[in-house]
Amino acid sequence: MLRNIFIKRINSGKTQRGYPPIYRRVTSSRVLQISAVLLIAFLLIGLAALSFGSARIDLTRVFGCLFHAMGGSQSCSPQDELILFSIRLPRIFFAAITGAALSLGGVVFQAILRNPLADPYVLGVSGGSALGAIIGTLIGAGSFYLGIPLLAFLGALITVALVFVIAGGGSGRIPDNYLLLAGVIVNAFFSAAILFFLSLADSMELHSITFWLMGDLARVSGSGIIPAAFCVLVAFVMIYSQARGLNLMVQGEETARQLGVMVEKTKYTLLIITSLATAVVVSLCGIIGFVGIIVPHMMRLLFGSDHRLLICASALFGATFLVVADTIARIIIAPAELPVGVITALLGAPYFIFLLRRKAF
Amino acid sequence: MALLEAKEIGFSYGEKQILTDVSFTLDSAQVTAVIGPNGSGKTTLLKIINGTLFPASGEMLIAGRKTQNWPRRELAATAAIVPQETPAVFPFYAEEIVLMGRFPHLSGLRFEGDGDYRIVQEAMRQTDCLSFAARRFAELSAGERQRVLIARALAQEPQVLLLDESTAFLDLKHQVHFLNLLRQLNETQKLTVIFVTHDINLAAQYADQIIMLESGKIYAIGNSAEVITADNIKKVYEVEVLVDCNPQSGLPRMTIVK
Repeated sequence: MLRNIFIKRINSGKTQRGYPPIYRRVTSSRVLQISAVLLIAFLLIGLAALSFGSARIDLTRVFGCLFHAMGGSQSCSPQDELILFSIRLPRIFFAAITGAALSLGGVVFQAILRNPLADPYVLGVSGGSALGAIIGTLIGAGSFYLGIPLLAFLGALITVALVFVIAGGGSGRIPDNYLLLAGVIVNAFFSAAILFFLSLADSMELHSITFWLMGDLARVSGSGIIPAAFCVLVAFVMIYSQARGLNLMVQGEETARQLGVMVEKTKYTLLIITSLATAVVVSLCGIIGFVGIIVPHMMRLLFGSDHRLLICASALFGATFLVVADTIARIIIAPAELPVGVITALLGAPYFIFLLRRKAF
Repeated sequence: MALLEAKEIGFSYGEKQILTDVSFTLDSAQVTAVIGPNGSGKTTLLKIINGTLFPASGEMLIAGRKTQNWPRRELAATAAIVPQETPAVFPFYAEEIVLMGRFPHLSGLRFEGDGDYRIVQEAMRQTDCLSFAARRFAELSAGERQRVLIARALAQEPQVLLLDESTAFLDLKHQVHFLNLLRQLNETQKLTVIFVTHDINLAAQYADQIIMLESGKIYAIGNSAEVITADNIKKVYEVEVLVDCNPQSGLPRMTIVK
């Protein structure tokens, strides 16, 4: 029985793809409505995430502290205040930024490479950023302002260039699998290089290997969050300003050119800005996988492929997704914590295989 | 001034010479057919005419300006091309594909307005696409996809329309319907049409002017009576044919002789 259903699903072919069966025009008001709904969902989940943790703080106390912080008369115990505002809130905020950045990265790489399985993790861009950041730490770049994010950015750019050379510059003539294979190889190399550098390093300096290989939001320090948020915001604005161009890029570079897109300019601007956003978050929290595949794919299922809607929806849902994943990571083996990368990989790898098998993106 | 002027155009992909010394002028509001065997450079010539590719030597002028010097958007609003096929990796709907034709007319992030939707609807009505406007592009048949792409090109509101074997996938009804539409747009909106085709009879019946290519060079250029001759076809295609007169139009008609 189950087997029959499974086979039917595979054999159902092109026409049975689960995309929204009803076509609805993408208008500015529809983009605003959907964004508003996703934003409200994000805020509600953010509130819930504030409440959950190894020390449970129920919602009335959370609200009490929030109003207290805004100058209200409600009371808030010093212990709650410390947990909520010094530990959980910055972490949730950074989880949101990271989720948005990685999802945006997925959207951009998928559009430019015309491959629905591309994202910063699969292509090795996250790995390149992490390697850059580790080298930066080892050579003492941390003593310069933004020294480590800059080296992470350099690592990301080199990786993008490498993947493009291997995969033929996104000319569209290279089979999909080739691109994924290029990513696998680049990733394997970076993982090895990361482990190599970590084993050379003074153990006091970098005592946690998993932090880089399996991203962990617990280690993020407060000072890096605001510049990172700023970078991701700039990236979002720049990516969104190219949304219509991306719709055409998906139709092939030649078609995009024929319809009036400045293909090279758009492509390189977006690759650089996406690498920057990825590098900034990875330099703070390490490699978090699969977010950039799951989120854009789910948003395409729900809202279609128009990037004017897809970019907003992916950024907002990506933020929500990683907040949820991180909350699970915080509570699942409480009082201990898992790195959030474990959760996203456990969810993401089966999803990836499912997409690959179904060939429906 | 001629709308389109090609001056001694040469082009090669790597070592392989595709076009050599191609020169012609086309006035506006003409229908031109480009014919020639496989690999004779027809598609490349179309791409050079609309500035997708730039000539390696020589010049391609549109309204007296080199294609290299045109801003991309203006070029797209002037000369539209209908490709043979387009990849469908992500699920876009037919109407969304046609809406993309409005890109050169809308700046920045603006959303399409009522005027744009009217133009898109009209283009889809003309190409008989309205019945599947809300279906996914990838699910359409090759002929339906081609009609959507033609609608997209019409939505660009170009002065010049370039077609790369667009009739190849169309059934007889839509072939005739479509070529009549081209003639009609040509007469009412002064649209200049250049179409690449393998169908020599179609070219003879519908084109004011025919360019016959042979290995990247112009073998013959002129009206259909001048170009479609048994001699020319034997030289270029290495096939024996009989060319007589279509009794209704008086234009040349080609029949294959065994």
